[in-house]
Amino acid sequence: MIKAEHVNYIYQPGMAGERQALFDISMEIADGTLNALIGHTGSGKSTLIQHFNALVRPTSGRIFIDGTDVTDKKTDLREVRRRVGLVFQYPEHQLFEETVEKDIAFGPRNLGLTDEEIKERVHAASAAVGLKEKYLSRSPFELSGGQKRRAAIAGVLAMNPEVLILDEPTAGLDPRGRDAILDIIKQLHAQNPRMIIIFVSHSMEDVAKTAEYVYVMNRGRLAIRGTTAEVFAEGGELVKMGLNVPQVTLLVNRLIEAGIPLPRDVYTVKYAVKEIERLLR
Amino acid sequence: MFKDIIIGQYVPGKSVLHRLDPKIKIILTLAYIIMLFMLKSPLAYAAFAAATAALIALSCINLRFFLKGLRPMLFIIVFTAVINLFFTPGEALASAHVFRWTISVTKEGVRMAAVMFYRLVLLVTGTSLLTLTTSPLMLTDGIEKLLSPLTIVRVPAHEIAMMMTIAIRFIPTLAEETDKIQKAQTARGADFSSKNLIKRIKAMIPLLVPLFVSAFRRADELATAMDARCYNGGSRRTRLHESHIGKADILYASVYIAVCISVLALNAV
Repeated sequence: MIKAEHVNYIYQPGMAGERQALFDISMEIADGTLNALIGHTGSGKSTLIQHFNALVRPTSGRIFIDGTDVTDKKTDLREVRRRVGLVFQYPEHQLFEETVEKDIAFGPRNLGLTDEEIKERVHAASAAVGLKEKYLSRSPFELSGGQKRRAAIAGVLAMNPEVLILDEPTAGLDPRGRDAILDIIKQLHAQNPRMIIIFVSHSMEDVAKTAEYVYVMNRGRLAIRGTTAEVFAEGGELVKMGLNVPQVTLLVNRLIEAGIPLPRDVYTVKYAVKEIERLLR
Repeated sequence: MFKDIIIGQYVPGKSVLHRLDPKIKIILTLAYIIMLFMLKSPLAYAAFAAATAALIALSCINLRFFLKGLRPMLFIIVFTAVINLFFTPGEALASAHVFRWTISVTKEGVRMAAVMFYRLVLLVTGTSLLTLTTSPLMLTDGIEKLLSPLTIVRVPAHEIAMMMTIAIRFIPTLAEETDKIQKAQTARGADFSSKNLIKRIKAMIPLLVPLFVSAFRRADELATAMDARCYNGGSRRTRLHESHIGKADILYASVYIAVCISVLALNAV
């Protein structure tokens, strides 16, 4: 379980660029959940997730991973980073080895595992993200955008994290690539019943298709939280924050305003079709 | 760690020194350095230090920025002074026997050490005066103008200035990128703070490879973008902000030169 208590973060305190990035964030994320963190650019999403694996220390407040206080200076940070895997937005920021296999092995090697274990982990992780064996011996720089992203995710998965955080995993991919990555996330969720998965996104369509729980950040504050249905029921608020609500939600909201009795939490096309069909019958 | 880099040390301001033409400032800084090595008498040294102090006051820049510039040089300065102190032959003031060697401090040694210390400190301070009061863009503009007569002998003055401008422009971008890469690798268990030197150097590889790849990619993209807008060298190119040598610049330079000549005159005293 991840638990944040009154986390505040001030960027460059005492300098000319001083700016508060996070305001009093308190949240609890239960084991085995698939969560989405959404918000506008600069809303503090990336800063918040970097707190979870102690890459950034809060100015005040505390963060616990299964009861371990990661903001405590005495906590073993390497252990925290093993337990909380963070995949950054651009795979280009982490791929560096001669081959994809060696690159995925970088994390497990830093953990001091034996060659045997490393090999096993690398193959399990690349299978989990659907990276074919033949790519393992290639240079990571030869891969396509989507494959690079898979390799980057595998590199973190190979450390067997209890929490997997993905920063904008679908940004810059074409629709097919996006769906492929979202499918991987869903599969990882299904195959790891205790793992917490958090993915950052600003695409509401992606969130609607994938997440169970949604946290909405706005200007450094946690503005809305709840199940995906609950959050999308607040369509108007989301639009005010400058987030793109899925088109189907916009349509349903208009219909409700026009007096058609549809439920407010419709956010997938499938669900909308079913409800409208029911009305027409 | 990388976010704290101050590019070119420039401290924005509105002082007389800030408003001077960069060409004048560069030439006068060169004069300053030459002066530093022409000083002979103690009186001249004192007068020159006083003039430097006056320039610092004139720049309206907090003294701590100058001290910050000195800090990385401190080792070299102290090292040079110490070497001079012990290894200058002459009239011994004190000596000690260590094993078979005799180490002695000579009168000339003390003098040399003091002179070296003085020169290096003022050298750094004097050049800091230029970089602290001149924005990197103004600086490259000044260099381009000063090099432009050399275009006759095929020195690509504009290109040199352009490259410097681009390099300066990309420092913050690359610093930010380094920070991100470092975080991404730290998240995979990389350790950049190991006490072991070999481990620390090895730890740089996962940082440097993505950084170089990205730098080359950016360079490539920039080249394409410049090409797409038909950029070609310096031929008859005008600037948005032309710098001109005005009355204030000439007045300043005259006073500066007058002070320099007076200080040199003190050498004879």
